[in-house]
Amino acid sequence: MQMPSPDTAVLINKEHILARLRAVLPADCVIDDERETKAYECDALSAYRCPPLAVVLPRTTEEVAAVLKTCYDLSVPVVPRGSGTSLAGGALPTEDSVILGVSRLNAVLETDYDNRFIRVQTGRTNLSVSGAVEENGFFYAPDPSSQLACAIAGNIAMNSGGAHCLKYGVTSNNLMGVRMVSMEGEILDIGGAHLDAEGLDLLGVICGSEGQFGVVTEATLRILHKPEGARPVLIGFDSNEVAGACVSDIIKAGVLPVAIEFMDRPCIRATDDFSGAGYPDCEALLIIEVEGSDDEIKEQLDKITKIARTHNPVELREAGSAEEAARIWLGRKSAFGAMGQLNDYMCLDGTIPVTELPYVLRRIGEMSREFGLDVGNVFHAGDGNMHPLILYNANKPGDLETCEAFGAEILKLCVEVGGCLTGEHGVGIEKRDLMDFQFNAEDLEAQMRIKDVFDPKWLLNPAKVFPLKHTEDRRKNRVQFAAHAAE
Amino acid sequence: MQTFFKEEQLHVPDFKRSNEILRACVHCGFCTATCPTYQVLGDELDSPRGRIYLIKDMLEQGRTPDAATVKHIDRCLSCLACMTTCPSGVHYMHLVDHARAYIEENYKRPLSDRFLRFVLAAILPYPMRFRLAMFAAKLSRPILRRFPDARIRAMADMVPKTIPPVSRNDDAQSFASKGVRKKRVALMTGCAQKALNTDINDATIRLLTRLGCEVVVAEGQGCCGALTHHMGKTDQSHKFAQTNLSVWGKEIHSKGLDAIIINTSGCGTTIKDYGHMFRDTNLAEDAKTVSARAMDITEFLMTLDVPESQTKSIKVAYHAACSLQHGQQVKTHPKTLLKAFGFDVVEPQDAHLCCGSAGTYNLLQPEISTALKERKVKTLMATKPDVIAAGNIGCMMQIGSAAEVPVVHTVELLDWATGGPVPAAVSHCGWSKIQ
Repeated sequence: MQMPSPDTAVLINKEHILARLRAVLPADCVIDDERETKAYECDALSAYRCPPLAVVLPRTTEEVAAVLKTCYDLSVPVVPRGSGTSLAGGALPTEDSVILGVSRLNAVLETDYDNRFIRVQTGRTNLSVSGAVEENGFFYAPDPSSQLACAIAGNIAMNSGGAHCLKYGVTSNNLMGVRMVSMEGEILDIGGAHLDAEGLDLLGVICGSEGQFGVVTEATLRILHKPEGARPVLIGFDSNEVAGACVSDIIKAGVLPVAIEFMDRPCIRATDDFSGAGYPDCEALLIIEVEGSDDEIKEQLDKITKIARTHNPVELREAGSAEEAARIWLGRKSAFGAMGQLNDYMCLDGTIPVTELPYVLRRIGEMSREFGLDVGNVFHAGDGNMHPLILYNANKPGDLETCEAFGAEILKLCVEVGGCLTGEHGVGIEKRDLMDFQFNAEDLEAQMRIKDVFDPKWLLNPAKVFPLKHTEDRRKNRVQFAAHAAE
Repeated sequence: MQTFFKEEQLHVPDFKRSNEILRACVHCGFCTATCPTYQVLGDELDSPRGRIYLIKDMLEQGRTPDAATVKHIDRCLSCLACMTTCPSGVHYMHLVDHARAYIEENYKRPLSDRFLRFVLAAILPYPMRFRLAMFAAKLSRPILRRFPDARIRAMADMVPKTIPPVSRNDDAQSFASKGVRKKRVALMTGCAQKALNTDINDATIRLLTRLGCEVVVAEGQGCCGALTHHMGKTDQSHKFAQTNLSVWGKEIHSKGLDAIIINTSGCGTTIKDYGHMFRDTNLAEDAKTVSARAMDITEFLMTLDVPESQTKSIKVAYHAACSLQHGQQVKTHPKTLLKAFGFDVVEPQDAHLCCGSAGTYNLLQPEISTALKERKVKTLMATKPDVIAAGNIGCMMQIGSAAEVPVVHTVELLDWATGGPVPAAVSHCGWSKIQ
């Protein structure tokens, strides 16, 4: 992956930058020992790595503001980081950047059950938001598979989804307000504990902006009453294509389960051992969850099984207990990690119209043979949000490059069939150079002008999202700012 | 993850193993979520993923460990919550064990560190020395508490109010089963445990013999090696382990053993790992045999027919020791048994988090340890228990130093419920003897 050469003015100015950061932060919040910064050189996309100039771990919004102001004054690039679970390299540093981690901002600030919201600091993990309200029968709906570890900050940056988003929507549908710090160090409140933000929909601009516009330190999130009951059903098929067709038929029939998840044989095998879920022995598996009262569950399941039976499933089984349901979901949510037992992998994240599932799954299988690399598929089928996992051997020269080329072809296929490059992981570094395939130069220019407004010096999360050839002039400007600051 | 070991490094068994472990890691970050030190410190360097990265770099470069790397490895509790969480099957325990041994061999610690570690390794695994040291520490406590080094103060505070007299039950001997003998088992009597609390082994022996087991305290057995193993002092830990292998091996080959019973789960994790520790030696087979027979007392009890017990309306907050729930993946047995024996069992929030005891951790890292203790005691007390039960002496001491209710070993409650004496720690609670 091509990265711009680091800004030498920043590198030369390192000691001064560190001194300025230390002046505004407690001593244990600034890390610059090269052994230590190395551990921050990548996120969950470990194929791309680069140790940052320094890492800062502030504890308050005010400290975040002080860091950003300092970096703005000195024209130092900043890479915001939540829990570092991005699969798209959203938190990949550059050599001349400061990692701004929000992991220590993890408090619950306010819960209001009557008005159904919670206000948290964004370093808090997704699952622990639900954890904070579950005793009172509430939950926070978006549930990325990494929800145990991923931070709300990253969820907002990437507009994350998850298995249950088929019914409840993604982060943007559950985010009511943010406190954000601009690159200049200004603290802004956008939206709040009410349904729609006043004025222009700035919240919609911030959510999914991949750390390009500011650093969100607090979030007001919609919490919902837990359903009366929920039950997953497992439906096994003898081919990926048939499973894909079944999903398409369920959606077409107007049934809206809370989740329709897809796993193929490699993923089923890898996750079953870890979770003890007892998945059926089949080529492709759908996990479909419905919720509501017993009657509602029964009615929906009847409809779904009726449709499924027209596709000749090899097995059809409802979870018999809450424990079994938990194991079924543990397996699904651990799928990416569990695939690591087989080999290294790159996880893609494209979205397609649900009706295209059978075709795209077949093409991925064909391409897998062409490129000579195995693929595991585990994804949110109901939303058409694909996650092909391309398996490769990181220690084998040339394998990563083949994997990248294969991945690019899959994502192009997603665009070709009317979908887009990303569903919930964001563009990050991984899909940056494919943006040209989805957008023309004018579209990209329009998007970059929005960044100009929030981040005029182009310091936030550098070298991501926009293909480098389109950002050249703006990056040159930044270098001049930095040279000026160093003087 | 991609690794960068040199070909010749991969011929060294420990490096080969570490490479396998690192290759399994996909850097997903799930482990950070359940790591106690990451919860307290919020820096990825103090999480499994950060430590794995630090270890990876240190071992790949084959370099002299640096102070920063050592600091973050030292802060690891070895609670192994990360291994429970990891979907990729990364064997963090073997990796961090290798790193600790590598650090011990290649890093010169500051004098005070070396001295403290030497003293701990020379005292804790030897019950007689430990007793003497505790008496000495008790006498000099007022002076020790004024030491500027927090670790010395932690040691002074750790000494219990009463140091129990030696229990003759811990001497080498065999206890006949009551009634027909169903099983023959060896009891690992521990090292530090029998100096700190003699009730646990006494209760274990009573319970097992009552349930039809002959219980052997084998001649010559000693510390399992865990305390020194976790300090990276593998020469010492392997020597301890070797002694035990020969002692239990003799029993297995003469009269036979159905199980080696362990009631200190910290020891259990290590004894179950003897097979790995000696994998490339001529003791490999013996070690495998011993590891295969090692069982936590609750694991073993689940294989016996246990009598039904009446409900006691006593609320027990069960504290899951990390070495039991993560190290050995024994999660439900203690709770199942307590419930079957008539207790009302509750669990604290965040039951997966360590209490901060972790072998010598509470002595070497008192600040983090205290933060974890406070969290644990708070969540335990929130369940409003009559008594707290745990399966590891370290946790019992740690939680007992701050909890407002008595802390007992699970086995003491089980012994009492089947006709044993009221556990000493709750003697003031007015519980009666059960017939």
